[in-house]
Amino acid sequence: MASNNQAAAVYATLKEEAEQNRGKLFEKPLILIGAATCGRAAGALKLVEEINNELSRLQLEANVVEVGCMGHCYAEPIMVIYNEGFPPIAYGNVNEGVGARIVRDYLTDGDPGYEFALVALEPNDFFPTYSDFPRGIHENKIVLDQCGFIDPQNIEHYIATGGYSALVKVLEADPGEIIKTVKASGLRGRGGAGFPTGLKWETCSNAGGTPKYLICNADEGDPGAFMDRTILESTPHSLLEGMIIAGRAVGSEKGYIYIRAEYPLAVERVNQAVQQAHEKGLLGENILGTGFSFNIEIFQGSGAFVCGEETALIASMEGRAGIPTHKPPFPADAGLWGKPTVINNVKSFSYVPHIINNGADWFKSIGTEKNPGTAIFALAGKIENTGLVEVPMSTTLNELIFEVGSGIAGGKQFKAVQIGGPSGGCLPESALETPIDFDSLTEAGAMMGSGGMVVLDEDDCMVEIARYFLDFTQKESCGKCTFCRLGTKHMLDILERITKGHGKPEDIELLMEMAARVKEGSLCNLGKTAPNPVLSTIKHFRDEYEAHINEGRCPSLMCKDLIAYYILPDKCERSCDACLGSCPVEAIFSNEDRIKVIDQEKCVKCDSCKVACPPQYEAIVKLSPPSEVAAREQGEGVK
Amino acid sequence: MGNQITFTVDGKIINAAEGEMLLWTALDNDIYIPHLCGERNEKERPASCRLCFVEVDGRPAPMPACTLPVSEGLVVKTRSERVDALVAAGFELLMSNHRLDCKNCPANGNCELQRIAKARKLRLKPKNLPVLDKGLPVDDSAPGILYDPNKCVLCGRCIRACRHSGNGVLGFTRRGFERIVATFGDLPLGDSGCQGCGDCAEACPIGALAKKA
Repeated sequence: MASNNQAAAVYATLKEEAEQNRGKLFEKPLILIGAATCGRAAGALKLVEEINNELSRLQLEANVVEVGCMGHCYAEPIMVIYNEGFPPIAYGNVNEGVGARIVRDYLTDGDPGYEFALVALEPNDFFPTYSDFPRGIHENKIVLDQCGFIDPQNIEHYIATGGYSALVKVLEADPGEIIKTVKASGLRGRGGAGFPTGLKWETCSNAGGTPKYLICNADEGDPGAFMDRTILESTPHSLLEGMIIAGRAVGSEKGYIYIRAEYPLAVERVNQAVQQAHEKGLLGENILGTGFSFNIEIFQGSGAFVCGEETALIASMEGRAGIPTHKPPFPADAGLWGKPTVINNVKSFSYVPHIINNGADWFKSIGTEKNPGTAIFALAGKIENTGLVEVPMSTTLNELIFEVGSGIAGGKQFKAVQIGGPSGGCLPESALETPIDFDSLTEAGAMMGSGGMVVLDEDDCMVEIARYFLDFTQKESCGKCTFCRLGTKHMLDILERITKGHGKPEDIELLMEMAARVKEGSLCNLGKTAPNPVLSTIKHFRDEYEAHINEGRCPSLMCKDLIAYYILPDKCERSCDACLGSCPVEAIFSNEDRIKVIDQEKCVKCDSCKVACPPQYEAIVKLSPPSEVAAREQGEGVK
Repeated sequence: MGNQITFTVDGKIINAAEGEMLLWTALDNDIYIPHLCGERNEKERPASCRLCFVEVDGRPAPMPACTLPVSEGLVVKTRSERVDALVAAGFELLMSNHRLDCKNCPANGNCELQRIAKARKLRLKPKNLPVLDKGLPVDDSAPGILYDPNKCVLCGRCIRACRHSGNGVLGFTRRGFERIVATFGDLPLGDSGCQGCGDCAEACPIGALAKKA
């Protein structure tokens, strides 16, 4: 036990140092800038540069720190300023000019620039805080709690806010106790399938064979999903801590983080985190002097979606083609190099330190009995406030989309929500009261997946959406097994012909039949779930399929082959020729009444004219089926 | 091998070594289960052709027999409505991507596809699905061997045969619908280091690889 007391003592020193060093940041005004990938895409690095220029120009003293993502991606770039006398304030949509101005006014004249403020981070008398907004009421941040507030490149920030204290606790504990706690917490794997994490650990722990391995699956590949990337970029140490604890629990000394190479910033941040944890003695040989050793290596995936499937992932790590194999054996029994291996998602590992620190009962008090904890979703698509949110399991889709995400962008009508990525399904308005948890979503015909959520509005054609997702899975299919290789190809061909107006009445039944067989017959979960977007759209939006097939009409006016552009003669302003100038193929001409007319033969349906037509006229509409144009022209006497 | 155990397939009582895969024990006892990719003496079990589905008592869905270890008291049915539907669908998918030319095919009369069709009363020509021909050139560059990738059903037997007794020049390449058996760098067989042993053609169950007449 002496060594464990020693571990606690070493950690106490580390923490004290970290607190002191981080505390120094607050001695001057502190400016945080969200510089994860989402922030950078919106110009965060330019903002950092501009703020530094402005500070030196005005000879102002302040600390500028690049942090991760706060989850409010719709408002990137985001800047937070801690300044004495005021609550810390987060600003949204801060371009370089606005950023420089806020810094100037705030730090020289004491004007915090509330007009640019998003939210205050502490209760105060001046400005609303998170809890004053619906999002703040619903959100319950566990894994994302520190994202955007600590420096991901500085381990001391993580330690100063209590990081690695769970590790110190388990270094004293019996490994069996750790597994017991994780089992008791009811944590289910956040990669998508929802398999109980504790049970997986126990299986691996009991499996014969050494060494044992740990793999973190960070091969996030669903279109529109960015949960894992954000966590890796914003708080990489919570993943490392979770993995070291898991290593201790199952008796493994070696962990790998499988990150897709398309996430260069995440790779960089995790590499840095691993190095810093080594330097502090929290990772590597003889952790904190306890005799327990654990090393972490990063493995970069090279861009195959199917490598997110665990057996394919292992194959690719072993230097073989990333192609799934039959299960059993499951990786927990025979995984990497045939040894017992625990594979968990980034989020699953990241919950672990919190569960160790706060106890299984605390975790179970959030969410529902069978689905404890929180759900982390990447809100994308036609939603007003895109971003990363963490809400308790059992929050309804309605609450998530309309309250947390502030509803549909541009005042449009909600049509469906696609949950669970290409393996998930589309749920219509009637399913909005579905609580978000593994079981309810599966029952509703979608799936939890790893947390991608794409919101669709009235302008989205559901047949086209199904085609889009099937095109994705078909291209990403490894081609090994018959059903996935050929079944998805035939299904895609059928969907393509429907969106082009060549669908046959029997196609819907054929699609459903094929979908059922592909689900049943495929080797791995990519094939087993690939038909879900097709099945769910047929189930909930069969009328759209029928309109395409029977009438050659796309009700959402999205499928190019089934629409035509038409200029309303009574709305066209004769003296304006904005559309004419915008057309790249000279398909628009002025008729003898100087009304603009589209030559349907030449039109390539690029939408430029509709965009160019000034909003006060709104003279250009899409019609479906295209034969509508001739009917309208005749009725309205267009020549 | 493990202990001798007893189980039933289609009502027939079978004795076999525990842990052996169901597919082989059934075949040993004259119970035919369609299969293309599985090979008894191979360690690797691809389970990729998806044709050897059987119904197992107590299991919710049909499962492939090639990866199902037998155990005491197991009750298996090789035919059921679900199994038949699944096998028919898988077979039709394969046939939709197989250049059908039996009368000129060297495997005619000794072809696993014909055998499956006969055993399960299935049509060789797909009924509901259009034929997706790969449209690839036939490779006749190797002495003694003819390779028609348009016939290939990707069972992988030739690859394993070539690794055992040839120069190991064959492998799977590309993915999804584009997946094919090819040589490294897509070289014609004749330039690939193929020694012309012909074991791939021996292994091919459907005539995609054949010995030149």
